[in-house]
Amino acid sequence: MPRILNALLPVFAVLLLIGATKAMAQDAELLKKGEYLARAGDCIACHTAREGKTFAGGLPMKTPFGTLYTSNITPDPQTGIGMWTSDQFFQMMHNGRFPDGGLVYPAMPFASYTKVTREDSDAIYAYLRSIPPVKQRNREHDLKFPFNNRSLILGWRTLFFREGEYKPDATKSAEWNRGAYLVEGLGHCGMCHTAINALGGSSDSQAFEGGLIPMQNWYAPSLTSNKEAGLGDWTIEEITDYLRKGVSKRGAVYGPMAEVVYNSLQYLNDDDTRAMAIYLKGLAQGTSPEKPVAPLPSAESSLLLSLGKQIYDRECASCHGAEGLGMPPHYPPLAGNQSIQMVSAVNAIRMVLNGGYPPGTAGNPMPYGMPPFAHRLSDDEIAAVVTYIRTSWGNRGEPVSARQANELRAATLN
Amino acid sequence: MHRFLPIFALLASIALPLGTSQAQERAPDTMAARVLACASCHGAEGEGTSDVYFPRLAGKPAGYLYNQLVAFRDGRRKYPPMNYLLEFLPDDYLKKIAEHFASLRPPFPPPAIPSASKEILARGESIVTQGDSQRGLPACASCHGPTFGGMEPAIPGLLGLRASYISAQLGGWRYGTRTAAAPDCMQIVAGLLTEDDVKAVAAYLSSRPAPSDPSFAKQGSLPMPLACGSEPH
Repeated sequence: MPRILNALLPVFAVLLLIGATKAMAQDAELLKKGEYLARAGDCIACHTAREGKTFAGGLPMKTPFGTLYTSNITPDPQTGIGMWTSDQFFQMMHNGRFPDGGLVYPAMPFASYTKVTREDSDAIYAYLRSIPPVKQRNREHDLKFPFNNRSLILGWRTLFFREGEYKPDATKSAEWNRGAYLVEGLGHCGMCHTAINALGGSSDSQAFEGGLIPMQNWYAPSLTSNKEAGLGDWTIEEITDYLRKGVSKRGAVYGPMAEVVYNSLQYLNDDDTRAMAIYLKGLAQGTSPEKPVAPLPSAESSLLLSLGKQIYDRECASCHGAEGLGMPPHYPPLAGNQSIQMVSAVNAIRMVLNGGYPPGTAGNPMPYGMPPFAHRLSDDEIAAVVTYIRTSWGNRGEPVSARQANELRAATLN
Repeated sequence: MHRFLPIFALLASIALPLGTSQAQERAPDTMAARVLACASCHGAEGEGTSDVYFPRLAGKPAGYLYNQLVAFRDGRRKYPPMNYLLEFLPDDYLKKIAEHFASLRPPFPPPAIPSASKEILARGESIVTQGDSQRGLPACASCHGPTFGGMEPAIPGLLGLRASYISAQLGGWRYGTRTAAAPDCMQIVAGLLTEDDVKAVAAYLSSRPAPSDPSFAKQGSLPMPLACGSEPH
């Protein structure tokens, strides 16, 4: 008998080894999936401070209600989430509650993450447990009265939080559903692209209709209206280029969207990027009625436009072309560019004031930068050139005033 | 139907060249075109502009420029317009931008006509070239080179800069608003300077004529009395 056992030992060993290797391969696959999904959720953007350790938190997030400091999500048992179970992690993602049942401030996009499946949540959990633990205590939030009272979150939840995993729409394609799952769930696009009201919430009926991002002074355009960032007229390739490379024939990403592409979207695979593009394009069905362009008083408008043209020809035309055609993708076209003609002129004014680089991505590693003009042009000149761009070459934007330009000089840059 | 074919062909032949010529117009594939955003404040060749607080970048060692780009991107150096522009640019690209400006050699601006007195300039010259051994203050020249051209890879040249810029940077180091990798030698040096020293050093350096040889010293060729986190030994 022992002799037989002895003979079988190597067989057991080999079987064990096969089992272990298989488990390791599965583990590696799970971790890879978790890392990918954490990218899709852009966890790193908020949970890593400037020059800070990855995922150790501590990034100040200014809100109209005070400053929140993001938390440590490394597996450190005392200061991170090392003691959490996968159930507790899912409860946070799905229901916005800490392991002790405490309420999470909705700066954490659990109202979007609630759509994430349990399986995907578990993959992210597994990945976050595999990263190096960092011992770094979470910093206390610095919120004004009465917002420092967490029970107020209950009210917010009643108004704005609908718990529930994403439910596929059987009338749509698998690709469309995958795109919707990513955009509405992990991508948490609605956090910016749906207007935030005075209570710090956004309502379902206005989903993806755009809004000014509080404290940042950038306008997140509507994804449902082709007059703004609705992508109904874009090709799928233009949308995927925009999402993944940060530049496209139609325009480049800038402002807070540059962060999203830099930290998150550039890492998504072909299939997922395409799925998001299909869903986003479908969001923008139907065009809102043409609105009449408000006429400027004629004397004022001709002065403004002639000054604007003069500045444009001197400062802008060498890259964007006398006719606003640009040299896509690196010098974006201005003629027909939706983001210039939106009702909110905030983004157009800020691009002229502050300039900006699209993010450096694998698909566009050496982006071209737009120069800032805040120090070279007066408020009147900024207003004139932005008005010229918004109303020339068939563009149907409204004129802007020197006062609007002046107000945005004080906008927080970063 | 066939009668219209020639017309279609004609229309197509007109439309096609128009279409292709537009499609071919692309942004120049050069670093100069990519860094136009920098030119607005630092000059097309990195020579500086009329604003006294925007420094000359051209001909500073690439390692120094790279360290500054990273420091601005990551928020260690604080100047919101710079922090904003660089926020989403990866290391490899910042290296290329640094190498680009390090390789340029535009002419230096005429030296400032000093508004400071002879005594102040003499004090500046003495600190810059000899330091003050009693206070343990090394000469600027001991690390930045006898002709102030800087040293590879990360010690900047000091010429072609305006007095306001130099005193603002030394002030920033004294008060801890500008920092570099530890050991932060410039913080130690600037901490030994008085406000009057800073004024004198800035007045003297900004009054120096352009160097006859604008290149920087080879790595390790200068004595460096202090250890610097930014400059590998």
